[in-house]
Amino acid sequence: MSNKAKYDQIFIDSFSVTADQLNDKFVYQCVPAWDSVGHMGMIAALEDAFGIMMETEDIIEFGSYTIGIEKLSKYGIEI
Amino acid sequence: MSEPINIDPILEWPVFGLSQEEKSQWLLVALKNLTNWHDKRCPEYHSVLSKIKNAENMDSISDLPFLPVRLFKSQKLLSIPYSDVIKIMTSSGTSGQNVSQIFLDKKTSSMQVKILSKIVSSFIGPQRLPMLVIDCRATIVNRFKFSARTAGILGFSIFGHDVEFALDDDMTINLDRVSRFLEKYTDQDILLFGFTFIVWQHWIRYLEDVSIKVPIRNGILMHGGGWKQLQSQAVSPNEFKYRLKSVSEISRIHNYYGMVEQTGSIFIECEEGNLHTSSWSEIIIRNPTDFKVMPKGGVGLIQLLSVIPHSYPGHSLLSEDEGEIIGVDGCSCGRLGTYFRVYGRIQNAEVRGCSDTYSR
Repeated sequence: MSNKAKYDQIFIDSFSVTADQLNDKFVYQCVPAWDSVGHMGMIAALEDAFGIMMETEDIIEFGSYTIGIEKLSKYGIEI
Repeated sequence: MSEPINIDPILEWPVFGLSQEEKSQWLLVALKNLTNWHDKRCPEYHSVLSKIKNAENMDSISDLPFLPVRLFKSQKLLSIPYSDVIKIMTSSGTSGQNVSQIFLDKKTSSMQVKILSKIVSSFIGPQRLPMLVIDCRATIVNRFKFSARTAGILGFSIFGHDVEFALDDDMTINLDRVSRFLEKYTDQDILLFGFTFIVWQHWIRYLEDVSIKVPIRNGILMHGGGWKQLQSQAVSPNEFKYRLKSVSEISRIHNYYGMVEQTGSIFIECEEGNLHTSSWSEIIIRNPTDFKVMPKGGVGLIQLLSVIPHSYPGHSLLSEDEGEIIGVDGCSCGRLGTYFRVYGRIQNAEVRGCSDTYSR
């Protein structure tokens, strides 16, 4: 599975959304499931899938589907 | 409409590195700006201010007007359009009590998490640590019952990774799960997090009762949520620490104090047992009868000031907690700023606070 497919699947599973909803308008709290609970669940899933550990600051700034792609590139994960 | 203050330089302030002289000048500017901001945008706040003489005459932080914290229970106080609200935080409250409602916009919510992160990181380091929550997973499962306990655990989980829960849903320790977790991380610091009363009742007392020791020498415990239920059992902070050390060999124990009305602006207990104000907060002790500022060493009501609240007028609040300023800039732990102790809720105040989310 490509990194993009893994990344998308984690959003789909974490927030019960469909692939076509995942774009630059998909931001923190845009769906009820992406609240603070959902956020930490998604971060944990990303860390597992890509074998990384993000810094607190990046978790805080991870505010959208698009920003997440930038954040992961900091850890050498190209989506 | 211009912002009251540019928050970016504020976030650059050193966490515990400003001398009192510098800090009080910077804070006065930031807090006066916030007072004017809320005065212009929150009609209820404006009506309170208009009843105070010389509201314009604010030469020092202690001249700033303050609201009683319980006002947030009876009033919905906002300084932003309702459409900008992204989160409503509620204080804990058992049935029959009103709960506070705190309305957050993006900016306030973002400052809360950034400042909280700076303060906590300065105690535990910038790296996320394996985290053991002294509570049960059920506490965070139900998102619709978002208690102070849920919020606390979630708020602190940003400092942890591989978050594990020490207790089963019936609130007993799952010793197998705890041992497996501890075996994974024998060589590095572990962040332990829990509510004071739950750590006391379900960790310390339980382990004492069953005569089992669970050594976590590399553990750093952050705990908060009030001492009221412990005070009724006559447990002092020192006894709590001593007995936790006896059952788990944990020596790095940090109590924290803060309120939902000023989330993010927390005060953490240092190695010397003092709670510290960061650069972004200040406390003043006031006489409970005439509200005059009390000199150092006097025990009175704690007024809390914070530069965070932007979406609601909560930057200067009079709590119902009693405390005492121990000193300023002089704590032997090396942190600058005011350091103090909290002695609990004043007599006859209604019972509220995090530890009351859980009553036996």
